[in-house]
Amino acid sequence: MTAAVAEAEHEVDQASPAPVFLEARDIVKELGHGAGKVRALKGVSLTLNPGELTLLMGPSGSGKTTLLSIMGCILSPTSGSLSIAGDSTEGLSPEQLAALRRRHVGFIFQSYNLFPTLSAEENVRLALDVRGGRGSQAVVDAQRALYQVGLRHRLKSYPGNLSGGEQQRVAVARALAGSPSVILADEPTAALDSENGLAVMGLLSQIAKDKSRAVLAVTHDPRTVPFADRILRIEDGLIVGEERRTEGVETVHELSRNRKRKANA
Amino acid sequence: MTLTLAFRNLFHDRVRLAVTLIGILFSIVLVAVQLGLYLGARSMIIATIDRADGDLWVMAYGTKNFEEAQPIRARDRYVALSTPGVERAIPLVTAFTDWRKPTGGSTLIVVVGADPENGGLAPWNMVEGDVSGLGVRDAVIVDKTYLAELGIKQVGDTAQVGASRIRVTGLTEGIRSFTVTPFVFTTLNRARQLIDMPADNITYVLVKLSPGADIEKVRTDLRSRLSADSEVLTRAEFRQRSLNHWLFATGAGVALLGGAALGLIVGTVIVAQTLYSSTKDHLPEFATLRALGSSSGYINKVILAQAGLSALLGYALGMAIALTIVYLSEHTALPIIMSPGLAALLLGLTVAMCSISALAAINKVMRIDPAMVFSK
Ligand SMILES: Nc1ncnc2c1ncn2[C@@H]1O[C@H](COP(=O)(O)OP(=O)(O)O)[C@@H](O)[C@H]1O
Ligand SMILES: [Mg+2]
Repeated sequence: MTAAVAEAEHEVDQASPAPVFLEARDIVKELGHGAGKVRALKGVSLTLNPGELTLLMGPSGSGKTTLLSIMGCILSPTSGSLSIAGDSTEGLSPEQLAALRRRHVGFIFQSYNLFPTLSAEENVRLALDVRGGRGSQAVVDAQRALYQVGLRHRLKSYPGNLSGGEQQRVAVARALAGSPSVILADEPTAALDSENGLAVMGLLSQIAKDKSRAVLAVTHDPRTVPFADRILRIEDGLIVGEERRTEGVETVHELSRNRKRKANA
Repeated sequence: MTLTLAFRNLFHDRVRLAVTLIGILFSIVLVAVQLGLYLGARSMIIATIDRADGDLWVMAYGTKNFEEAQPIRARDRYVALSTPGVERAIPLVTAFTDWRKPTGGSTLIVVVGADPENGGLAPWNMVEGDVSGLGVRDAVIVDKTYLAELGIKQVGDTAQVGASRIRVTGLTEGIRSFTVTPFVFTTLNRARQLIDMPADNITYVLVKLSPGADIEKVRTDLRSRLSADSEVLTRAEFRQRSLNHWLFATGAGVALLGGAALGLIVGTVIVAQTLYSSTKDHLPEFATLRALGSSSGYINKVILAQAGLSALLGYALGMAIALTIVYLSEHTALPIIMSPGLAALLLGLTVAMCSISALAAINKVMRIDPAMVFSK
């Protein structure tokens, strides 16, 4: 695919209203109890569209992980609504939320969270197994996902024998393998050196090109910016800015309303 | 994959696996030995009753077991013989008495007297000499297991019982008594002489029914003809009465079953403890599984598979040891019996034990905070 074609496709996308894979509205999340109670999110609304890599950037403690947990149906919001791939999460039991994650969400974690007693291929197969993917098809799917992240030669290696970068790529393969609508990554490069961090970001932006999924990565690493299609800035539990990057041109859109709310808080 | 994961988790920590297996193994061996002793005791208690040729047993009222019975009148035998439906009625004498060893000292024995030509109750499993040897003057037959206890070495050796001298003319193998009191088989009259019983007394009448006779009818009939200080039991009833006495009235059976229960409790606690700590160690992985969208059923399967694998491994090792103990006990005074039923029961108990142990671990995982996947 040439750059020109890519650009053309991009323009078509923008012309017709993009489908929404994830929509969060007025999410408020309170964490802790009693005196230790914290309002980690103070009314966050956002959408994720397929075919793009969104970065969620903000200082430490601004609520990035909390927001990611809610988008991934691991935490339930105190108030506000969330829908993924058209399914509302309202009133779902923990078991139903797990089913939603299984169907629509892939996670990538800062510390990889691979199973140390399983090989790379088995780690990916486990994620498929959870989704009911069994037998030789699961093996083929797991291998394909690992090929896709460039680990063809590492199928049988255990996490302990893989470098950090390789482990995170196994995690990317694991997230990919279930063909989720949304891939959520929490500081995927934070534990990696700059070379491996860039490689993983490159991988994320590449898999984000696929129109069947939306990818969001939480980060506070400025080196990740060039990979983004879109950047959301969060501060103190509020989205304070959104930038769209189209081939070098950055459209900065200040959410002045939120800035004001934050100033008042 | 649940099985793979369970297997890897299990073998990941060898020390903990060893502790788990030792817990299960200890439990299985203890339960096997206790229940095996119970079965062994049972079979010793009922051996003479099962061997004897009596569909109905006439005995003194209130007799508690085979060995300890009051005498009844010898003519009760003829009462039985004249009862319709009775084919044969064979007199039998048993009693505890002292055996004076040729080497000095004495030991308690149970004399069992019946005339072999009548059927009745003859020694079985003969390994030296034969039953007809009882025809010889002073002859008795004893079990090899008790030779040392009786202070003799071989066939031909003599000893003294009461005022009479006796000579061992044959040996059996494996006729053991629950009371660890050796059985000494001899003829009816010689038995009376050894225990100093008058000629018009016996201990039991073994009643053999004619083909087609109704056992309850014969029993009722027989009861009405006998005096009130006798009673008539079926073989099964007498067996049960002996078992009740030795195993339950004396507390021996309760102790054996209690030991087995203790083994199960200790095993369960050890397995529960190791499985719980294993689950705790792998908690981040279970949280990841949860984040990947696994149902709680899926996670339970991993834990149960871990418990099940431990159970099977522990069972295999435990049974190997238990069977060795069974083999070694075969020729002792307290043989341990392993039956297919007991082996199956042990497997069931092991699986149950491990499943119960899994509950604490499952409970722990169910309370997991899935948000812990994001902690570093
Ligand atoms: N379990 C919790 N209980 C109380 N406060 C919490 C808890 N988790 C996070 N917080 C607080 O919520 C805020 C947002 O946290 P987090 O989402 O982890 O921030 P980030 O990922 O942007 O660093 C922080 O002030 C943090 O201290
Ligand atoms: Mg964070």
